[in-house]
Amino acid sequence: MSFVVLDGVRKRWSDTVTVGPVSLDIARGEILALLGPSGSGKTTILRLLAGLEPPDAGRLVIDGEDVTLLPPARRRCGMVFQHYALFPHLDVGENVGFGLAARARPERDRQIADALALVDLAGFERRKPHELSGGQQQRVAVARALAPEPRVLLLDEPLSNLDPTLRERTRRELRGVIKRVGITSVFVTHEQEEAFDLGDRVAVLHRGRLEQLGSADELYERPASLFVATFVGRANVLRGATARALAGGSDGQVLVVRPERLRFAPHGLPGVVTERRYLGGAAFFQVDTERGERLEVLAEPDAARVGERVHVETTGVMTFPEEHE
Amino acid sequence: MNARAWPRALLTVLLGWLVLYPILVVAREAGRADALAAFATRPGEWTALWASIWISVASVALAAAIGVPLAFLFEWLEFPGRKTLGALIVLPAVLPPFVGVIAFLFLYGESGFVARAVQGLFGLQRAPWRLQGAGAILLVHAYSMYVYFYLFTRAGLAKLDASLVEAAQTLGAGRWQTLWRVTFPLLRPALAGAALLVFMTALGSFSAPYVFGGGLRVMTTQIVATKLNGELSLAMVETTALAVVAVLGLVLLRRTEGDDLLTALGKGTAPRRRPIRRPGVRAVATTAGWLLAALLLLPHLTLALVSLVPYGSWTTETLPPVLSLVNYQRLFGEPERLRPLANSLAMAAVSTTAAIVLALAAGALVGRRPAGRSRGPIAGLMTLPWALPGTVFAVALATTFSVHSPLTLRWVLVGTTLLLPLAYLVRSLPVTGNAVLAGYRQLDPALDEAAASLGAGRWATFRRVTLPLLKPALAAGASLAFVAALGDFVTSIVLYTYDNRPISIEIMSSLRVSELGVAAAFGVILMVVSALVLGLGARR
Repeated sequence: MSFVVLDGVRKRWSDTVTVGPVSLDIARGEILALLGPSGSGKTTILRLLAGLEPPDAGRLVIDGEDVTLLPPARRRCGMVFQHYALFPHLDVGENVGFGLAARARPERDRQIADALALVDLAGFERRKPHELSGGQQQRVAVARALAPEPRVLLLDEPLSNLDPTLRERTRRELRGVIKRVGITSVFVTHEQEEAFDLGDRVAVLHRGRLEQLGSADELYERPASLFVATFVGRANVLRGATARALAGGSDGQVLVVRPERLRFAPHGLPGVVTERRYLGGAAFFQVDTERGERLEVLAEPDAARVGERVHVETTGVMTFPEEHE
Repeated sequence: MNARAWPRALLTVLLGWLVLYPILVVAREAGRADALAAFATRPGEWTALWASIWISVASVALAAAIGVPLAFLFEWLEFPGRKTLGALIVLPAVLPPFVGVIAFLFLYGESGFVARAVQGLFGLQRAPWRLQGAGAILLVHAYSMYVYFYLFTRAGLAKLDASLVEAAQTLGAGRWQTLWRVTFPLLRPALAGAALLVFMTALGSFSAPYVFGGGLRVMTTQIVATKLNGELSLAMVETTALAVVAVLGLVLLRRTEGDDLLTALGKGTAPRRRPIRRPGVRAVATTAGWLLAALLLLPHLTLALVSLVPYGSWTTETLPPVLSLVNYQRLFGEPERLRPLANSLAMAAVSTTAAIVLALAAGALVGRRPAGRSRGPIAGLMTLPWALPGTVFAVALATTFSVHSPLTLRWVLVGTTLLLPLAYLVRSLPVTGNAVLAGYRQLDPALDEAAASLGAGRWATFRRVTLPLLKPALAAGASLAFVAALGDFVTSIVLYTYDNRPISIEIMSSLRVSELGVAAAFGVILMVVSALVLGLGARR
């Protein structure tokens, strides 16, 4: 039984920019990542869920209730904003208690304390938002969204404003908090690693359409489209004669090969190693073929040297029909 | 059609009725052949119009000549007492126009302190001068309006990136060349903005020409005189002519403003202040600075001193022989004398509250639009009263609301106590509107959305998020509007009734019966209340 349902939801911004129609089912307690390049419509879908934008068509259902026409204030969706949107005139406690205004004082204070403890900020009630570090602000934003016990938690690029060094740790902590609360969550990101790490499933969006919905493995191993194949993970995209030379196949098809699916061999496509990027356990080799194409090969660090003439063969390819712009 | 279209239309109509409609009524009534002919053929009219224009232009030049060098001095040089002096130098701004004029009269007038001192010093039979005519008007204007140039230029200089000046110098430009080729061009928007403000203020100035004009008439005083003469149609023509000049000046000066490159470039580091090192020069600069501050403070002190002079106790002496608090005692002891104070406070409070409410409504309806998009007629209507002199609005309102014709949205308000606060309200709209709209622009829309996602409805969001965040803007706008209404003379003299006579009118009547002490005491109260309110409004 799906907890959150988007059914043919569509939002038209202009003659050329439309998001949807998108249909999605999200299970209770699931964390769904909306992944896509900028302008793919992922934030629009999040805002449609929150009720901050009205859809032009389609239906939104949360826990069996049709919420399509419900204003944001009555949807009970907690939201963490990209820049957190902490109220600058209120302290941390008042921010977290904002959504609890209707409750009695002692209960409210207890809930504020609980929410802050959940994000490891116990005792921060009287601080002002501007006195906190970026990571602390992010956690206050999460605590504030969770405090009124919403049905769904929505997060708009929750980690994009953090230091890269802080991001990975915060990501794990965030997943821990969400799983502990057990709340159904949807978050937006344009970073694949974040989507894979934080989401139970990932929805890949492209130009307002849902390209594929699946686990990280499925997206990587069995991409449904050329876009997903190239957007998720590294990929060599080959067309025409080079494609035929490497793996046979026919015209009008596009060949996608992961770097780890290429290897150096005594026979195969000839080329010259032009660059080597050392990663530790392995290395990326850039091979320029005689036809002027560029291949990326993942292999043992000592598999080849820069300037060496090599032959490249493949252990697995994916083929897609050509996508026209 | 969205949910805000109706309230927006309603507010547009209300503002249009308050702000634009009275002007249109005047313009229509001005279109009468005999009045137009009278205006065109009487030389006095053209003289007054010309005097308005040249006095305004001269005021701009004088104010710039004082304000701009002072700004450079305080922004670029470091000397003892710079901070205190820099704050004292804006003191003329807390003097309501009419009170400032009275202070000048007591200080530099025919029987003022300075004239008496000179007379006593040289043993003259009569006063050495009369404070009258264009020179007197310009003196008052320069004193009260250089503050605009001073503040605008300082703000511009503070935004100026030091590296720009240094770049010019590394490219071989000397100090003067840098000033002419880099600094002044970048300051152009600030200077043009100040020039516009001074021009509009001088064009609408009424108190100085009214008291010191003597035989010289400018358009504002001419309009009031014509109206008192009962030549209503001619007054309409004059009002329209003044409005046209104001709008033309506005358009012309806006043209020269240019783009604000300093803001576009982003904030740089302002050049460091250069200390004056030579002890002799520093001593001279410091002394000159304090002398200047004393000169600027003299009108305030004069007012305070005269307010302590009992009626009839000061005749020919250079300094008043008797000082006492009797004027204040009478003022606060006699309810009839306290009335104008209560009237002014009440009318200023009511009109400011209404102006804030209208500004908030405008902000809620169009304030969220991004900077590039037009804010439509609402924002334009709120700014319009700024572009037109107070006399124009006073006459326009008096004309529009002297007729009972509900179908054309006109009712008789002339002679009632409603019309004056209504005029204060109209005149307050630009300052409250600007403050609130600017405040709205700085609000992060995500804060509203955050509140909504936390269960707050539209009203709760407004009360719990928007209003607290707008508080500084509201306080600033409200304090400026309140002080302007409290000290108003221009519109009051046209629209007051005996029952709602404000302080400025009471000061004028006290002067007429030679109760200088009472007039000054009212001036002091006005000054103190204004300073307090402005201080409150500027608090963060």
